[in-house]
Amino acid sequence: MNALPTRKLEAWRYTDMRPLSAISFGEPPAVSATPELPDLPYPRMVFLNGALNTALSTSFAFAKPYAPFAVRGAQPMVLINAEHAKGGINIEIPAGQDAGELLLVSQASGAAPFAFHPRHRVKLGQGAKLTLIQLDKGEGTYWQNVVFEIEVEAGAKFQHFRLQQEGTEAFNTTTIHADIAGDAAYEHFTLTLGAKISRTEIEANLLGQTALAHLNAAQLLGGTQHGDFTTIIRHKAPNCPSRQTVKSVLAGRARGVFQGKIEVDQIAQKTDGYQMSQALLLSPEAEMDIKPELQIFADDVKCSHGATIGALDEEQVFYLRSRGIPEADARQILIRAFIEEALEPVAHDASKALFEDVLDSWWGRQ
Amino acid sequence: MLEIKNLHARIGDAEILKGVTLTIPDGEIHAIMGPNGAGKSTLSYVLSGRDGYEVTDGEVLFNGENILEMDPEDRAATGLFLAFQYPVELPGVGNANFLRTSLNAIRRKRGEDELDAVAFLKLARGAVKQLAMKEDFLKRNVNVGFSGGEKKRNEMLQMAILKPHLAILDETDSGLDIDALKIVAEGVNSLRDEKFSALIITHYQRLLDYIVPDMVHVLAGGKIVRSGPASLALELEASGYAGLEAA
Amino acid sequence: MSTTTEATIQELAAQKYKYGFSTDILMEEFPKGLSEDIVRLISAKKGEPTWLLEWRLKSYHAWLKMEEPEWARVHHPPIDYDDLYYYAAPAKPVPKSLDEVDPELLKTYEKLGIPLNERAALAGVAVDAVFDSVSVATTFRDTLAKAGVIFCPISEAVKEHPELVRQYLGSVVPAGDNYFAALNSAVFSDGSFVFIPKGVRCPMELSTYFRINARNTGQFERTLIIAEDGASVSYLEGCTAPMRDENQLHAAVVELVAMDEAKIKYSTVQNWYPGDAEGKGGIYNFVTKRGACRGKNSKISWTQVETGSAITWKYPSCILQGDGSVGEFYSVAVTNNRQQADTGTKMIHIGKNTTSTIISKGISAGHSNNTYRGLVKIMPGASGARNFTQCDSLLIGDQCGAHTVPYIENRNASAKVEHEATTSKIAEDQLFYCRSRGLSEEDAVGLIVNGFCKDVLKELPMEFAVEAQKLLAVSLEGSVG
Repeated sequence: MNALPTRKLEAWRYTDMRPLSAISFGEPPAVSATPELPDLPYPRMVFLNGALNTALSTSFAFAKPYAPFAVRGAQPMVLINAEHAKGGINIEIPAGQDAGELLLVSQASGAAPFAFHPRHRVKLGQGAKLTLIQLDKGEGTYWQNVVFEIEVEAGAKFQHFRLQQEGTEAFNTTTIHADIAGDAAYEHFTLTLGAKISRTEIEANLLGQTALAHLNAAQLLGGTQHGDFTTIIRHKAPNCPSRQTVKSVLAGRARGVFQGKIEVDQIAQKTDGYQMSQALLLSPEAEMDIKPELQIFADDVKCSHGATIGALDEEQVFYLRSRGIPEADARQILIRAFIEEALEPVAHDASKALFEDVLDSWWGRQ
Repeated sequence: MLEIKNLHARIGDAEILKGVTLTIPDGEIHAIMGPNGAGKSTLSYVLSGRDGYEVTDGEVLFNGENILEMDPEDRAATGLFLAFQYPVELPGVGNANFLRTSLNAIRRKRGEDELDAVAFLKLARGAVKQLAMKEDFLKRNVNVGFSGGEKKRNEMLQMAILKPHLAILDETDSGLDIDALKIVAEGVNSLRDEKFSALIITHYQRLLDYIVPDMVHVLAGGKIVRSGPASLALELEASGYAGLEAA
Repeated sequence: MSTTTEATIQELAAQKYKYGFSTDILMEEFPKGLSEDIVRLISAKKGEPTWLLEWRLKSYHAWLKMEEPEWARVHHPPIDYDDLYYYAAPAKPVPKSLDEVDPELLKTYEKLGIPLNERAALAGVAVDAVFDSVSVATTFRDTLAKAGVIFCPISEAVKEHPELVRQYLGSVVPAGDNYFAALNSAVFSDGSFVFIPKGVRCPMELSTYFRINARNTGQFERTLIIAEDGASVSYLEGCTAPMRDENQLHAAVVELVAMDEAKIKYSTVQNWYPGDAEGKGGIYNFVTKRGACRGKNSKISWTQVETGSAITWKYPSCILQGDGSVGEFYSVAVTNNRQQADTGTKMIHIGKNTTSTIISKGISAGHSNNTYRGLVKIMPGASGARNFTQCDSLLIGDQCGAHTVPYIENRNASAKVEHEATTSKIAEDQLFYCRSRGLSEEDAVGLIVNGFCKDVLKELPMEFAVEAQKLLAVSLEGSVG
């Protein structure tokens, strides 16, 4: 197997994969249990331990058979995926087609540690539209190492909403490579709640004028969970906006990481890059590491990033309490409000309701 | 009825309140005036239960109950309301949602039924109208991007909806123009009845032109140094606070 | 931009680096290259005690095992450490008083605007002049001695105050801290030593003026400043070098120690020769600067205006150990032509209620690259810690790069960290507005750039602020168009 990244690599300085390398993962076992699926009236593709389950899946007109494709990234996890990938979705939406929604579910369970490496491909032709709602769930010790290749052609719009609810002993590494053409948009939101260690790494290339990348995330972690959200947005054409809002809420001894790099090529004049990363530390042992990065080679650009890390504002808690709201409720209201901004790209009622439900129940567990 | 008896309070090592005694019977409005640093804001925060203030002596009874041991939310449920000098901004928290959560939390504690969204909205819209506010007020985030005057109006809106038995207005008049001042006064005056009382903390007497108090107290050096009828405020305005410091 | 303005700019650019002359003076140099023998020779030349020689040798051996760091965004051909002179000094014996200083040297410093004659000197500023490897003059020593302040070349401090030097040298930047610090620890030749005793406010600004003159010579100065309980001092540092076609290495180490309630303000105007417009020549400036706020409520404030050097690699940092201690970093870094700067700070919060402020302004022009790199680290014990960071970049032209690489690590929930960064260019309407009020394009750019840097420039002592403003304008000449 290709080597796992170590913290000596700058891109991995805050995420230590040694707990994963200490485990010997076998092949995924067959699954008999039926996963609990959200009540959403959309076509669905359901993967059990990495294998497509046709009985649970419904037909989706634009799904093609899985075919291994050459990977573009050279990140360690992508190379490992390339070695082991056996399946994934392969979606092509023809030009001008509004394909509506698609539900992508990955359910994992097994007695002994196992790993699987889904390799997904989504291509939207010119002016096409798709909303992909992706759910990762499971229990037991497993490693899901996903690679996504995304192509959004001119004027197309791809909404990609992820809910990562892996089991607490699981590892989830997801690497997304998105090429976004002129006037096209890639709207992404990941909500990270699960896994012992997780990392979402997105590389978005803005290749034509007014291409948009919107990469938002929220991570709510407790116990000894580790969540890493890493992005690189490459502005390779003029007049492109990029937006990122990342919110981390850390309880227990959880550790959150955000690394976000905006690269602006010389040609990419009038770039408008915005990035905000905020973290709330709810307990004395929680830790947050942030590395926002700008690399700019064009002069007529507007790029900014901001980062804050702190506890809940006690002044705000007191204000709510003075209006009769019990302390625990006051804190929950403020945390929900803190996360709200990250949900902005989720301009899709059913998905938004799904996220709001799990957010509310997360609080109940803490 | 609010009874403050020999109240001593400190922040860190600094003793701010050095024996405040004051009674506000139901239905009365009292004003506390005094120079900067006299302990006026400290008094309002100690009454509403903010952290960081240590009560070293004395007690505070509200309708016979000692409130000093209560959490701020429980004080609110008993009918105490503090209008903040600097209302806090709550990004991401909608005004209507905030008000409804507050109102229902209080109602729950009092054993009353919660209001559903429709009933609440009707109530809130009525209050908004009465305070001559725009309706989008309810949709905006709590105090975020509000002007000074709007923040104070928002405090009055909360007061109108939560209907407290005792309102404490902590320098609510500071920085307000005359129109906003009138709105604050109307907010208080409209609640006036034999059950409602208020404690108005102010540096200037101009608010008292619009809310005529039953009593005026002067707080200086951590103690009430003088009490008198409404005319005392005018007298202070003319002569200033000099010579009123506690010995 | 108009052709007339372009012409003016060309003209201005030609007279750009006014400190580029060299001084013809008889020098004593050790043979080229670095070896244990050279380290021993330097130590012997300075008549050093054994402990210091051993420390140097330990550093040298540590250095041999280390590798040049590669993480910074700077590129240069490999440095041949064996092709450098590690010691160069005026051949005449060290002067006992200012009257004995070689008139040629006095002239040099006068040309640089640093008169060493006390009557002509800037009122209220004591100067230590370091020429290549050694200190050639220190002014106002008597005045300072009366206040109990020690201000002298570090080589002299080793002899006169060995106990102090031994106690503090390497206590903030250990010998093996990094590649360039290890090199410096092995071969440092001179630099300034400052000791402010308990309760003393240093009666005047202290200043060191560094000049590299000799060819193919590395400059490795070492500065050590100690402020005891309640003491305070403001220290300024300036530097220039002749225009030479080959690159020259400057690897300095500065250590600051602030005890209870002590305050140290360290200001730098760095104007080493930046190389020519094509990137030929210029100083490689690899500097380690670090301050330890050891005492409670102590404060260390770094202010730097970096306009020179072909490559700048420096991160003046604060270790905020004492409860309530304060670290500040105010920086303006200007790069033009082929210059490369990778600079920033580290704020390590260890004590309770420690606060740090970082204000960094980077200006890139020409074909240059300008990087802010910083670390804010809040350790678990640093309850109530606060950091505020503001990094702004300004780009002039589309051939340059501006980069921001902050690392923020928070391990204490009661700490509050805020970071903001922006990148922008000089807006056409700003330029137009200024010009419609009668300013030339260059003046308008100068004005806007100075405005952009104001938050940093106001932190500089007055004598330096004016010089720094002029320097900014000069450094950016030829960048508009």
